[in-house]
Amino acid sequence: MQSKRLGWILLAPTLVILFFFGVLPFFYVVFVSFHSWNPFAVNPEMVFNGADNFRQIVFDPAFLHSIGVTVMFVFFAVVSELILGYILAQAFMRDFPGKAIFRTIHTLPLIMAPIIVGSVWKLMTTPSIGIIPHYLDEWFGITMNIGTSAPAAFATIVLMDVWHWTPLVTLTLIAALVSLPPDPFEQAQIDGAGKRQIFWHITLPMIAPAVVATVFIRLMDALRTVDEVWMLTGGGPGSATRFVGVHIFKEVFPKTNYGYGSTISVIVLYLTIVSCWLLYVTMLAPRTKRD
Amino acid sequence: MKKQNPIIGIVFWSLVSFLTLFPIYWLFVISVKPVVQLFSTPELILTDPYWGNYAKVWGDRLLRSYMLNSVIISTGNAVLCTILGFFACYALSRFKMSGKESIFFWTITNRMAPPAVFLLPLFLLMTQVYAVGEWNLLDTRIGMILVYCTFNLPFAIWTLRPTLDGIPKELDEAAYVDGASSWKVITEVVFPLCRPGLAVTLILTWVFAWNEYLLAATLTNFNARTLTTGLSEYVTTTGTEWGVMATISVFTLIPALIVFGLVQKHIVAGLTFGAVKG
Repeated sequence: MQSKRLGWILLAPTLVILFFFGVLPFFYVVFVSFHSWNPFAVNPEMVFNGADNFRQIVFDPAFLHSIGVTVMFVFFAVVSELILGYILAQAFMRDFPGKAIFRTIHTLPLIMAPIIVGSVWKLMTTPSIGIIPHYLDEWFGITMNIGTSAPAAFATIVLMDVWHWTPLVTLTLIAALVSLPPDPFEQAQIDGAGKRQIFWHITLPMIAPAVVATVFIRLMDALRTVDEVWMLTGGGPGSATRFVGVHIFKEVFPKTNYGYGSTISVIVLYLTIVSCWLLYVTMLAPRTKRD
Repeated sequence: MKKQNPIIGIVFWSLVSFLTLFPIYWLFVISVKPVVQLFSTPELILTDPYWGNYAKVWGDRLLRSYMLNSVIISTGNAVLCTILGFFACYALSRFKMSGKESIFFWTITNRMAPPAVFLLPLFLLMTQVYAVGEWNLLDTRIGMILVYCTFNLPFAIWTLRPTLDGIPKELDEAAYVDGASSWKVITEVVFPLCRPGLAVTLILTWVFAWNEYLLAATLTNFNARTLTTGLSEYVTTTGTEWGVMATISVFTLIPALIVFGLVQKHIVAGLTFGAVKG
């Protein structure tokens, strides 16, 4: 066994950087969350107000609403991504001509900057110049206006997220499917199991860790999404697409409620960590047991 | 496996590819249209492209300097995160340190923070605390490289951990028995074996840094401004210059495309956070 000291030396730069750029700002945010503060006001003084912010947050309909839409968004987006991703991953398991090209094409959205994804979808859906509302109107007589219709805006955001992130799910599931041993499947086929039985009783349990890992990554990122949504709808119309990330952004910048924004951040960060930790401890860690 | 009609496959994949490619294609179409044509009936097929936006963007010295900043910051950050992540993972996977699993999970929590509210503390820290005399970290490339570590370093650690765990410890021990120093073992025995994992980590962290917007928009003014922030400068109160915006998007997309194309094949294994043993 090598000396532990070397271990800490190797870890030190990481800990130092994350301390100065992650932990210190976090402590600052926690500190501010107990104050009422508008740093951009004429009188930018921090006033200590104890747990008032935290008391306020529990009964704040806007915040609870943003949590609600976020949960709905994460649910619809992640479920669609998992289903689509699984279908595509299974399709990629077969050999067919041009497979490499199709896989490359399918991975492209992944590398696009969220802000660009947001602007592309804005270009396609903005009523005056967008191609989607134009043809919906011309072919089906449907009026689609993401600036005024809440369901249209919400659906567009989910669609955008599915477009952007399904490739990630597909790739993760391909990795999982490739590494499956063939024996259980052959055995099941010999025993006369149907396709559906094989899926529910063999494939799904065996790829479960990969599914959980995907949900973990997507949950983590979806809870802090700002760029795409900000670009596409700005959280509107009304508060239909005001996810927590956007909600905090609006609280901090246009409304300059810095103290309260900090409180929301602390709570959201706490909720994110707890849910991710639960996922990690119950589903991921036991399966990748390290000694 | 049953033989399938190849027609179904071709139709299926063409449809999927069409849906995947259409937004990217449309971005390109918008970028080669003059402003007046944007508001007329959208045409699906491109006729008579107009390259004015490209000339405008390429001729803009400011945007060229943004692009250089983007290249330097994302490359610096990706290299830093990959190397530090490698060292950290070596420590986490090889030493019996108390609380190391907690440290491992803690690193990823740095990636979970809602970004909006952390902008101001970072701004204050960079202007007032991380400063020497007149000089401070705000609006510097090195500052952005360090700030991007908050989301990229945890990612690097989480993607590299399974790679390092997968390399047998006996290998290190054998090298030690042969009298190699710790530094030699790490850099000459373990490092080369991790090359595929390191490549994937390098590329993905590079893409993340390249694509970042919110932090760059707040923590830079001029000297270290990146290409993604250049994009938003064309959304103004007097109206958005859609064509120019689309053109900058295309410019932002191309380097990421090239970089990503290089490691396409290896990427599958690197994206699973160790949930798959392959």
